[in-house]
Amino acid sequence: MRLLIQNGYVIDPSQGINTGGNVFLEDGRVVGLSNFSDGVPEGAEVFDATGLIVAPGFIDMHVHLREPGHEYQETIASGAAAAVAGGFTTVCAMPNTNPVNDNAAVTRFVIEQAQRAGLANVFPIGAISKTSEGAELAEMGEMKDAGIVAVSDDGRPVPTAGIMRRAMEYARGFDLPVVDHCEDKSLARGGVMHEGHWSLVLGMHGMPAAAEEVDAERDCLLAELTGARVHLAHVSTSGAIEAVRRAKEKGLPVTCEVAPHHWTLTDEAVQDYDSNTKMSPPLRSQDHVDAILEGLRNGTIDAIASDHAPHHADEKALEYDQAPFGIVGLETAIGLALDRLVHPGTISLERLIELCATNPARILHLADCGTLRAGARADLTILDPELTWTFDASQSKSKSRNTPFDGYTFRGAAVATIVAGRVVHLHPDRARIKLKTVKAFAS
Amino acid sequence: MKHLLGIRELSADQITHLLDTADSFRDISKREIKKVPALRGRTVINLFFEPSTRTRTSFEIAAKRLSADAVNISVSTSSVSKGETLLDTARNLEAMAPDCIVIRHSSAGAAQHLARVCKAAIVNAGDGSHEHPTQALLDALTIREHKGRVEGLKVAILGDILHSRVARSNIYLLSKLGASISVAGPGTLVPPEFAGLIEQGVLLERRIEDAIIGADVVMVLRIQRERQTDAFFPSMREYAVQYGLHLSHLNLAASEAIVMHPGPMNRGIEIASEIADGGRSLILDQVTNGVAVRMAVLYLLAGAGQDGNGPSSGGSMSDVEAESRAAGGVRGRTRKAKRGTRN
Repeated sequence: MRLLIQNGYVIDPSQGINTGGNVFLEDGRVVGLSNFSDGVPEGAEVFDATGLIVAPGFIDMHVHLREPGHEYQETIASGAAAAVAGGFTTVCAMPNTNPVNDNAAVTRFVIEQAQRAGLANVFPIGAISKTSEGAELAEMGEMKDAGIVAVSDDGRPVPTAGIMRRAMEYARGFDLPVVDHCEDKSLARGGVMHEGHWSLVLGMHGMPAAAEEVDAERDCLLAELTGARVHLAHVSTSGAIEAVRRAKEKGLPVTCEVAPHHWTLTDEAVQDYDSNTKMSPPLRSQDHVDAILEGLRNGTIDAIASDHAPHHADEKALEYDQAPFGIVGLETAIGLALDRLVHPGTISLERLIELCATNPARILHLADCGTLRAGARADLTILDPELTWTFDASQSKSKSRNTPFDGYTFRGAAVATIVAGRVVHLHPDRARIKLKTVKAFAS
Repeated sequence: MKHLLGIRELSADQITHLLDTADSFRDISKREIKKVPALRGRTVINLFFEPSTRTRTSFEIAAKRLSADAVNISVSTSSVSKGETLLDTARNLEAMAPDCIVIRHSSAGAAQHLARVCKAAIVNAGDGSHEHPTQALLDALTIREHKGRVEGLKVAILGDILHSRVARSNIYLLSKLGASISVAGPGTLVPPEFAGLIEQGVLLERRIEDAIIGADVVMVLRIQRERQTDAFFPSMREYAVQYGLHLSHLNLAASEAIVMHPGPMNRGIEIASEIADGGRSLILDQVTNGVAVRMAVLYLLAGAGQDGNGPSSGGSMSDVEAESRAAGGVRGRTRKAKRGTRN
């Protein structure tokens, strides 16, 4: 199968490419870039990308696909469909399923389900500790052989520095990054939102920024002690970003990601007690949002990840303090990035692609992903920075609808998602794509 | 105003109208026949998810004195794991067409939660640490009764500010009416961010003595024993010594200072019995005024007040009487009630 992405503007930070041109894909691999003037290779179908940005496939390194165990919230198939609908060709599935992905059997199950779904690439992340209880280490070596790309006890962060040290030392032996959700539970205890003015007004228990920062500092110190690769998930406070900045300055292998809701909303959004504003880490105050924007701008932040966390409507319909943490995010992440980061000038398009493709691939050592180098997987995300569209949660591909962004209008969208050389998604508002030339896609 | 969810979103005019309405209802409780027909044929449900004697009884009496049919539901727990959800409970009650649902719940925002799905008027009778609007209204009514005004008064609120819905509602209400507020309590229970809770600012003091100096009103909050096991303070003994209100403190306050407590009291802990039972204490006046305030709230939300005479439109008590007459005749019903007592 041959596909020519024609007349697009190609941005691939992994090769320093930022130019108009064509991209030729064959048999699920990138063949290479060619000039506009070059002809259509024999037998190739043509995707007219005039006016569009052609980028390496976006990688969301932090999603919850809920399968096995919570299929009423999401399945690997529905999560993968939401991923490609949102412009992601690759997602990394967190291990907090039931059973927890703390052994090779679960890892293999996740990979097989993803292959059956046949949409996005799904790379599992294994647990750090058995059943993520923070006591004994999980079988990282076996899971690595089965296909995990990192380890994390996301949502149930390793409580003691002692166990975290061992986890880092052991993970280092398999060259696995340790991904940590930074939250000192003794500080955050009972908290359902950011601690500050709004938690006082609303009369709810707050999680202080320090609960995240204590663990972020701890992990940076342990990265220095152990030499392990450490990745801080969804950092949301100025102090956590500062900890990463200092670690990088020292040359430590520490990286971090941010989630779109953390640069879009503040804790003021909680004031109507809408449980779709409840997630962990929580929406923070404006000073923290400013620090995130600065971290995105100055390069301290390495990646954008949605922390896609589907929950059933019944669960989210509970009282705010009883409702579960988390929101879906796969289908709004790129809209929020283009609309709230690129258009206001906080970051460039090139930097966006670095955050969504180049860097996640680098952090997770996915040599074949996040690049348009010849021989890489033919995974591409095609952006229309000018397309104005409105997100309708009822049309979401996810099984869950728990989002505060229903009805939001965005300037900028991922308009096509190509996985292994196949167009697996086109934006419902396809006005700018000349469909007649897209022969590879059967809608 | 369709619901009473909190004080924060009310204007000073709305508050004053509620208080004026309550003022005019006070007399009813002093009569031999403590009943008017204002809410005859209306149904008020008291939905209490937290134990409460005072507030629930007060709402029940208020509803009955207005001739409403009051139904009390006490649910021991709102635990997620058992029983039906709050929304399902609300939808079921709603299906029985009540005019007003009074809710007390341990989750902040529970009243707002109901207001989103219910057609009935929702009255917040305390939601977690968020608000307790009728308590603040009855406190203000009591202050007005004894001081003649709220504007310009200095109010000291002492104790567990962090967890107190009473403190929040009172800070909003009294400051909207022009009082200045100072608060004091253990550092664990008075977060610095409280200073910015309202635009005018709240004065935070470390020692209760400093908050009491020159105060016209001293409001003492209940301290809950479980805060000790959560390490908010070392012992009840130390709390009583460091943060309890003692007789000697009253010398620091303004000469005619009054003392209030929302109840239930821990005598000898946050407040000395000599004060609670002394001449400065208005604790039982607060309870009496609670009935009048809740009558006003129910009347304005579930009764004739909803027919275009809400607090925002600034109706007066003569309107109240005119409306109840129009709605069936005060005189006729009063006679009927009197006949009833003779039989």
